[in-house]
Amino acid sequence: MFKIIRREEMSQGNVILNEIEAPKIAAKAKPGQFVILKANEEGERIPLTMADTDPAKGTITIIYMVVGKSTALFKSLKVGDGFQDVIGPLGKPTHIEKVGTVVCVGGGTGVAVLYPITRAMKQAGNRVVAIIGSRSKDLLIMEDMMRAASDELIVCTDDGSYGHHGFVTDQLKVVMEREKVDQAVCIGPVPMMKFCSKLTKEYDVPTLVSLNPIMVDGTGMCGGCRVTVGGQTKFGCVDGPEFDGHQVDYDELMMRLQAYCEDEKRCYERFRTLHAAG
Amino acid sequence: MTEKEKKKKAARTPMPEQAPEVRRRNFLEVPTGYTEEMAVAEAQRCLQCKNPGCVKGCPVNVDIPGFIKLIAERNFTEAIRHIWSTNSLPAVCGRVCPQENQCEGLCVLGKKGDPVAIGNLERFAADWEREHGTGALPPKQPSTGKRVAVVGSGPSGLTVAGDLIAKGHDVTVFEAFHKAGGVLVYGIPEFRLPKAIVANEVNFLERLGVKVECNAVVGRTVSLDELFEEGYDAIYLGVGAGLPRFMNIPGENLIGILSANEYLTRANLMKAYKFPEVDTPIPHGKNVVVLGAGNVAMDSARTAMRLGADSVRIVYRRSRAEMPARAAEIHHAEEEGIEFFLLTTPTRYLGNEKGRLTGMECLKMELGEPDASGRRRPVPIDGSEFQIECDLCIVAVGSGANPLLTSSTEGLKLNKWGYIIADEETGKTTKKGVWAGGDIVTGAATVILAMGAGRKAADSIHKYLTFGW
Repeated sequence: MFKIIRREEMSQGNVILNEIEAPKIAAKAKPGQFVILKANEEGERIPLTMADTDPAKGTITIIYMVVGKSTALFKSLKVGDGFQDVIGPLGKPTHIEKVGTVVCVGGGTGVAVLYPITRAMKQAGNRVVAIIGSRSKDLLIMEDMMRAASDELIVCTDDGSYGHHGFVTDQLKVVMEREKVDQAVCIGPVPMMKFCSKLTKEYDVPTLVSLNPIMVDGTGMCGGCRVTVGGQTKFGCVDGPEFDGHQVDYDELMMRLQAYCEDEKRCYERFRTLHAAG
Repeated sequence: MTEKEKKKKAARTPMPEQAPEVRRRNFLEVPTGYTEEMAVAEAQRCLQCKNPGCVKGCPVNVDIPGFIKLIAERNFTEAIRHIWSTNSLPAVCGRVCPQENQCEGLCVLGKKGDPVAIGNLERFAADWEREHGTGALPPKQPSTGKRVAVVGSGPSGLTVAGDLIAKGHDVTVFEAFHKAGGVLVYGIPEFRLPKAIVANEVNFLERLGVKVECNAVVGRTVSLDELFEEGYDAIYLGVGAGLPRFMNIPGENLIGILSANEYLTRANLMKAYKFPEVDTPIPHGKNVVVLGAGNVAMDSARTAMRLGADSVRIVYRRSRAEMPARAAEIHHAEEEGIEFFLLTTPTRYLGNEKGRLTGMECLKMELGEPDASGRRRPVPIDGSEFQIECDLCIVAVGSGANPLLTSSTEGLKLNKWGYIIADEETGKTTKKGVWAGGDIVTGAATVILAMGAGRKAADSIHKYLTFGW
């Protein structure tokens, strides 16, 4: 069992942080890599990119939004409980090097994935401008951590309840207008990554995105995580999870993420009914 | 009539099995197994040849007449122990080996009639032990203090583990998935090889002292060099092929097109056929097409039928004679209502506005001159396009070498297809202290061939641990 030693709720209880004992993974993991977690015997294998690791303590941190049965089950785990299985580190690490100015853009729980990359980009000697956004103030996560990990933090909310009123793309444009940007890293919901990449392309700024396709094994064995990048089929788990944002077929990715939507709804409904019945 | 003549005349005892119209909708095992009486009667057919062909046909050289004699004498306890001395996975082999091409193919009774049902008897001995046996373990050599890491818990890895633990070495098996068994667990369906039986075989090795570490992706969680640093003296790589091949035709990323690896892993390892009692979903196709005609294709087709499909079609570009699946699997599939579209190849997939598969366009083929494999090359017939309606397509056209481990390991030479180069007799790779066998060396093959490679490598590893490289 992989024990949970810290648990926090964010974003009105919709987003959960778990710090988990996994010394072997913690010793190896690099920014951008993910783990697969399975709560119990009947559980599904869920891939999540790590938000932090502490090799000295032997822990990894994941932050996830509750969107269905499996994440609701994860949420029900308390400190001292554990995941039956945690597998990793999987995927290629982010390519970190000093390029000059890097803009790190995060939306929703994508900020959690962006955090270790932002920190590593700064440690590599880059000037880092971070832009994070959410629908409203209550849903914003990791503001302080992102501020500490960057040279400048810009916050925006869709409804204007905090920071700049509007989308992260608006602020990304402001930054690219005002200074020369050498690289962008954009992580969040697929439409956000799509529009960020469209924008950075106009300014000719190389852009990394981190994809979250449906997968089973995470080692290149099943091919369920197929994504089209630059007209070629790639496996999200072993060729990614990060890809050139200007090359990704986001519309196909969005469609493929819907493959099991009916089943997922049914499974979540059943869980909530059983849970309510105690 | 002499005793020998009587034996030659006795008919082979048929294996009882679930009726096709019943089993096509359930996941219970198809053959239900011999009773003691059936097993004894079948064992008595064996001529106990002095120079038995069957043993030569077995990649791990099980003393077949020896264990069959013990069954004929109703000494079931000793029969299984006799098998264990050369085969750690008899319950598996009895079920999934292609006996018709191996032991049974060389049985002298087969020249004029039906060969002895060696596979059925092996299965019986293993099942009898599991259900009625004493559980007493076979003998083990005293500890040598040498440590062996086995990477991959499929048939070849488990064979190496079983052989080396018996010789007194300390063995740890590393498995990337959360459950041990490799292809026996994720690939072969419950109705052909119940997972409880695989778990039991793994548990047998654990009781012998083998340590099994799941969730360990060697190449990611830990590297080979780190395993040596941790104090392992030898490493065996039995990681399987594990890279799905696709058709590379337009529309392949539509929803409803899965590799057989994915489809079977969902069904078998994740038990998605029990959804929503388990959390992993699996697509339920109404009209299913399976591309390919090997054992994996048959497993996929029969799984789709059990998940409630109205129609399941195998689409294969060559003719019936070239189908690579075992005859018994093809026969079982046909009995269950699987249709065969032979000499047919898909050219593109068709989908709707939601990105879901609705059908495929195919071409009719005819057989031309023999190709490199010696089989007649299928050639498309001009203007023969036609469409097949389907909402689920399983691509079972083989697999390649998964580069996850090999690409992250220094000093391991690969061939041009990415498979590990290993000595055919010993399994030694180009990296000191590292052996390899099974599908990652040969490309996708059978359980028993992987076990045979494991056996040879285990002998070589034992020599190395005793005398040096």
